[in-house]
This record gives sequence, C-alpha cells and structure tokens, in this order.
Amino acid sequence: MDAAAFDPDRGWRLHPQVAVRPESFGALLYHFGTRKLSFLKNTTILTVVNSLEDHPDARSALRAAGIDDDRQAPYLHALGVLVSSNMLVRKEMP
Amino acid sequence: MTPSTSMMQPVPRLVDQFERGLDAPICLTWELTYACNLSCVHCLSSSGKRDPRELSTRQCMDIIDELERMQVFYVNIGGGEPTVRPDFWELVDYATAHHVGVKFSTNGVRITPEVAAKLAASDYVDVQISLDGATAEVNDEVRGPGSFAMAVRALENLAAAGFRDAKISVVVTRHNVDQLDHFKALADQYGATLRITRLRPSGRGADVWDELHPTSAQQVQLYDWLVAHGERVLTGDSFFHLSGLGEPGALAGLNLCGAGRVVCLIDPVGDVYACPFAIHDRFLAGNILRDGGFDRVWKHAPLFRELREPQSAGACSSCNHYDSCRGGCMAAKFFTGLPLDGPDPECVQGYGEPALAAERDKPRSSVDHSRSGGRKAPIPLKLLTIPPKKFCNESPV
Repeated sequence: MDAAAFDPDRGWRLHPQVAVRPESFGALLYHFGTRKLSFLKNTTILTVVNSLEDHPDARSALRAAGIDDDRQAPYLHALGVLVSSNMLVRKEMP
Repeated sequence: MTPSTSMMQPVPRLVDQFERGLDAPICLTWELTYACNLSCVHCLSSSGKRDPRELSTRQCMDIIDELERMQVFYVNIGGGEPTVRPDFWELVDYATAHHVGVKFSTNGVRITPEVAAKLAASDYVDVQISLDGATAEVNDEVRGPGSFAMAVRALENLAAAGFRDAKISVVVTRHNVDQLDHFKALADQYGATLRITRLRPSGRGADVWDELHPTSAQQVQLYDWLVAHGERVLTGDSFFHLSGLGEPGALAGLNLCGAGRVVCLIDPVGDVYACPFAIHDRFLAGNILRDGGFDRVWKHAPLFRELREPQSAGACSSCNHYDSCRGGCMAAKFFTGLPLDGPDPECVQGYGEPALAAERDKPRSSVDHSRSGGRKAPIPLKLLTIPPKKFCNESPV
C-alpha cells in the first residue's frame, strides 16, 4: 500500500504487530512482522497514533489532539508514511 | 534503521537526541557464547573456546525478562556460534514469547532442513548467515575450509523451507569488495537480503586488519556502490565514516556512532561493552550479574554516562566533514592505536594514513578465547556442548 492510499476520513489503528516505546522526543515504533523501525519525532504525533483506535477517522483523532484542520497537513503526511510502511492499518482490516 | 516519519515542530535532530542516549538501547548485540566451530581470522570477539563462566539458561532468561520490561524490541544474537549452545532454541523461543524479537547470526552449522522449517514458521526470528566471499576461494581464506559450503547449504535449506528474507551478512574486505554485485546476486538467488558491514580491527581482526581492510580507492568504490544500491542493502549503519565522500544523507541510515548511546554489547559472561566491536576493558561498562542488572548498567555506568556527553572533535575539529563522519568509529581508532579524538584510520580525507604511518601502540584485549594451534577444518561440535570446568592453561585471562 502506498502513502496515496491513506484516506484520513477513514478509521485507522496500529498494526497488531507494532510495538510503541515512548521516548522524550516522541517514540520508537517497531514492526515485528516487517522488522522495520520508525521514529515519531514529537509527542503530539505519538498522542495521535495512540488514540487513532478511539476515533472513527484520522481527522477526528487529530482534532482531539488539538490540531486544527488548517495545521493538519504535516501530520497527515506523517500518518501517510506510517500507512505506507504498514505500521498503521485500516480499522476494519484484520 | 529507517527513520521515515518526518515531523513538523522545530525539534533537535534525532541524531543529536540519540547522541545523548536513550533510557534503553534501540537494539543490542548479545553474544551468547565464545564457543565456535570456526576460527575466522577477523573474528571481532576472538572466539573459539567456551568460557566456563558462560551465563546459564536461567540467567539468560532473567536478562530477557529485563529486556522485555525495558521494551528492547529485538536483540542481535551472535557469538561465537550461538547455535552450538544446547539451550539456543529454548532461549530464542523464550525471547520471542516475551516480545523480544531475535535476529541471530550464524555460520550455518546447525541450519538443517528441520531447523529451517521451524524458523520459517516463526514471525519473530530473523536469520543472518555470515559469508565473507561470494566464492569458496575468497570466503574460505578468511572463514576457514568448508565454511562457504556450510553457509550455502544453510541458505538452501532456509529457501527450501520457505523462510523469507534471510540476510546474507558480509564483512567487506580488500578481497571481496569487487564481489558486491556477486553477493547481491547470491542474495537474490536465495530470496535473501544482502547486509554488508565494515571490517573492524577488533579481536583477531587487529592481526589482519592491515592486510584485509579496503584500500582508499576501494573505499570510494564501496561508497559509490552503496549510494547506487541504497535502501535495498542493509549496512547496520556501519559505513558512516564514508559519508564525507558525498552529499549529506546520500548514505542510508542514521550515520552515527551509537556506542553506549543507542546500542551496546552483552557478552557471554554478562559483561556489558559499549559496542560489539569494543571488547576491551576501556569500553567495559559493567557486568549484569555483579552490578545489579542490565537496566542499571545501561542507565548508570560511568562509561555510558561519559559517552552520552558531548565528545571532543580534537584533531578533526577544523575539518569541514566532521559533521558528517563525526570522527568515525571509536573502536577502529582504539584498536589501531590512534587517539579517540582524531581521525578514523580509514578517514576519507586521507588523515588516517599519516596517523597509521606514525609510531603507535596497538592495545590488545585481555578477552581472548581463540583456540591455540592454528586453524584446521571446522571442529566437531560435541566437544563444545559442556562448558570447561576451568580456564584452559593457555588462556591469558
């Protein structure tokens, strides 16, 4: 799946094989299936990633984390990158 | 490592944050045994004989529990030849059941069709087969007679069992640097990924480094090859000393020395060193059994605290390239007898060569488990399954 396939109006969640380790700068993400490591470079994106599951779509998770619609672009890009590396998957997918 | 998620707020670069250290390593190397059926001339841990103080199964499991609590995602298990430990598979199963992923390096000796089938069934185990020549002639010169055939048999068994994406792990030398395309083709043939790393003058590597390390022309050749093959070849971030040869960011990876900051080594007796290439008292942070556990050593060892302080660029401070190479590899400097706050022996600006030509004193590690009597064919493994009762007389320990 490429980043273009990320639809922020749908529900997303962490892949079940992804572990999150909070760090002072944000977090480390590790995918046990792909064995790839990623970095979340601030704590806001960490909050968003952790709360995706509780929201019907990615945009509402961003709003709940205090990111207004006009400031969402870089966060949407970051989420798209995580989707493309299979760290995030569609909620309804196994 | 693939840092992929670019962010927005003006925060310090990740590299700068990592240089100050993390609460737990990102990954660590754990050498389970000094016992080995081979005796590679460049062995960075001078392996051969089992150490009688080798950690027990229970002690290893306790360390795994601690790694799980610290959220260390995976360990790179090596040795010696880790699979000759009778409890090796038990420990692998224990680690993966406790959310510590395992990547292990092996010369292939125990990768039978049965073992390959078991490995293919696990999502949490990754296998690296060591190979230092794309032909038996080049490989066996370094790794010993029969070692090429042993590695290829392991790769065949893994591929036949449906194990996906094994790694072929190559230490780049003067004699195999021309074989990089050949290695890549071998990896493709077995559905594997090529991983190439730097030859360090560590362990027995100190004895052969002068003859085996790539020439300066070959360093450029290697750099160009890496830039061309980019993300499809793994390097364990080991060639950051070459990053001054091109644009910043041209080499994939973080390009920093993570020693004691984001990586470290646990050796077979529980000693913790700053990195896998630094088995020497100078880089010994502590012992897991004697110093209150791994977490404590990682967070509080004076050596690690020192490494997390800003480092002096020393003789390199006036060099324009310091920001990209950061002075190169600490272990490479130390074991070639060069000052730690000066150029890497393979400095791409050429500052290493005059330093190597000058009078220098090469430190020897007190940790040497080499078998005496020179190298023969791979030795029968049944000799190694029980730890010796005491140190062999010839051991300098």
